[in-house]
Amino acid sequence: MQMPPGKPQWWHQILPKSVLIKIALPIIIIISWEVLSVLIDNPFILPSIESVLLVLSEPFADILGSGSLVGNALVSLSRVLIGFIIAAGLAIPLGIGMARNGKVHDFFDATLQVFRPIPPLAWVPLALAWFRIGLLSMVFIIAIGAFFPILLNTLDGVKSIKKTWTEAAHTLGAKERQVLVNVVLPGAAPTIWTGLRVGFGIAWMCVVAAEMMPGTNSGIGYLIITSYNWGQVQVIIAGIIIIGVIGLGIDYLFKIVERKKFMWRELDR
Amino acid sequence: MTLILKNIGKEFEQRDIRSPALVSINLEVEEKEFTCVLGPSGCGKTTLLRIIAGLEKPTSGKVIIGGEIVSGPTSRMVMIFQDYSLFPWRTVIDNIAFGLEMKGIGKEERQKKAVHYLDLVGLSGFEENFPYELSGGMRQRVAVARALAIDPSVLLMDEPFGALDAQTRNMLQRQLLEIWDKTKKTVLFVTHSVDEAVFMADRIIVLTSRPGTIKEVVTIDLPRPRDRTSQDFATVRRYVLSLIDEPQSIQ
Ligand SMILES: Nc1ncnc2c1ncn2[C@@H]1O[C@H](COP(=O)(O)OP(=O)(O)OP(=O)(O)O)[C@@H](O)[C@H]1O
Ligand SMILES: [Mg+2]
Repeated sequence: MQMPPGKPQWWHQILPKSVLIKIALPIIIIISWEVLSVLIDNPFILPSIESVLLVLSEPFADILGSGSLVGNALVSLSRVLIGFIIAAGLAIPLGIGMARNGKVHDFFDATLQVFRPIPPLAWVPLALAWFRIGLLSMVFIIAIGAFFPILLNTLDGVKSIKKTWTEAAHTLGAKERQVLVNVVLPGAAPTIWTGLRVGFGIAWMCVVAAEMMPGTNSGIGYLIITSYNWGQVQVIIAGIIIIGVIGLGIDYLFKIVERKKFMWRELDR
Repeated sequence: MTLILKNIGKEFEQRDIRSPALVSINLEVEEKEFTCVLGPSGCGKTTLLRIIAGLEKPTSGKVIIGGEIVSGPTSRMVMIFQDYSLFPWRTVIDNIAFGLEMKGIGKEERQKKAVHYLDLVGLSGFEENFPYELSGGMRQRVAVARALAIDPSVLLMDEPFGALDAQTRNMLQRQLLEIWDKTKKTVLFVTHSVDEAVFMADRIIVLTSRPGTIKEVVTIDLPRPRDRTSQDFATVRRYVLSLIDEPQSIQ
C-alpha cells in the first residue's frame, strides 16, 4: 500500500479513512447519548449507555417477569415465520398465475389494488374482532404485511422473463408445466427473492407492532411495551437494538443467498 | 423427413388494421437439405420460422413435417434464436442437457450425450462455465449443441450469426457446415447476408419485402467447401444480389 504524501498519522494504519467515515456517525451518536444522559440525568427519559449494555449483557435473564430478551425475540421470530410462510405460499403462486394468465390477472387485479395501500396495522382492530387476541390475529397482520411485496415482485419477475427462454424450452420439447418449473421459476427467482427479502423486513416490523396489541403476553414487542409501562427505558432501548440486529442479520442472510445463487442476473448481458 | 409449407399466409393486426406479413409461401424442403431464407429486414423471415417451429399460428395454410401437420412446438424441429437464449442460471452442460432432461432421460445418460455435443461444437472443457462467461460465438455454439442434443430432424436457425463479427461468423459458418455434414440434419437458415447464403446453402429462398412472398428459389451447386474468392462464387453472389437489389424490394 502506498502512503499518502504528508505526515501519515499513526492511527491511519489501524483505521483507514474509508472505515473512519463509516464509523464516525455511530461514534458521534454514542458520545452525544452519553453526554445527554448525564445532562438530563433522568433514566425514565434517557438511560445511560451502561444501563442498556447491562440489559444486553444478560440476554437470557428474565426481565420484569416477562421473559428474557432472547426468549421473546425467538417467540417473535417464530410468529413472523408462520405469517411469512403463509404470505409467500399465497403470493408466489398467485403472482405467477397473474403474470402468466390475463384472465387470472384481470380477476384479481382490481381487488388487490384496493387492498394494497392499506397499511397492515390498519387491520389490527379487525384482526382482534375476528380472531381475538393471540397467534392467529398476529399471523394475519404479518401475512398481510409480507404479502404485497412478495406478490408484486413475483409478478415483475415472471413478466421480465425473456420470451425466447420459454420459447426455446418449448421447442426443446418442454411441456407447459415443465416450462413453469424449469424456466419461469428459475428465471423469476432473483426477483421473487427480492420480494421475499422486502416482505420479511415488513413482516418483522409488523410483528413488533402486532405484539403491542393489548392482551399479548410474549414477544419482543410485548417486552418493550411492558417495559414502557414499568418505566424501564433501558429495556426499551435494548429491545429496539435487538429488533434492529435481528432484522439486519436476516436481511444479510437473504443477501448472501442472493449473491451466491443469483449472480447470473447481474452478469448476464 | 420432408418439410412442406403449404400456402402459408400470416396477417398481423396493428391498431385495428390487419395487414399481411407473409403471403402464400409454398415450399418443400428435402431431408438433409441446407436451405437459406434470404430477404430484406421486416419481410417476415422470423415470422416464417416461428410458424414452422409451431411457435406461431399461420393465418392460412399449413406446415407438414414427416406427413404430420404442425400444430405446436415439436421436438422434430428445434429453433435456434439470434439472441442464443441460453438459460443463464444453468451451466453450459446443463443447458445442453435441457431437452434430454425434459424427456426424462436419466442424469448419467444425458450428461454423456451433452458432453458429446459439447465436443462436437468444439467447446470441451467449458462444461461447468455459465453462459455469461462465454463470448457471443461460444454461446451460439452452445445453443447449437443444445438443439442437436435432442436429435431433431430439422434445425431452424434465425440469423444465428447475425450479432457476431465477420471473423467469428466465417468460422462458425464453416463449423456449422461440418456439423451438418456429420449429423445430416435438415437446416433452414434465415439470414439477410447474401454472402452467408451463397456460402452455406444448397438452395436459397429469396423473399420479397413485406408482405413477404417467395420471389425466386436459387439452387447453388458449387462444390463444398466453397471458396468465397472464386469466380463462380462471385457470379452466383452477384446474381442473388441482383435479386434482392431490385427496386421493388428496397425497403
Ligand atoms: N407480433 C407481431 N405483431 C404485429 N406485427 C408483427 C408481429 N411480429 C412481426 N410483425 C411484423 O411483421 C413483419 C415481419 O416481421 P419479422 O420479424 O418476421 O421480419 P424479419 O424478416 O425477421 O426481419 P429482420 O430481418 O429485421 O429480423 C414486420 O413488419 C413486423 O413489424
Ligand atoms: Mg428476424
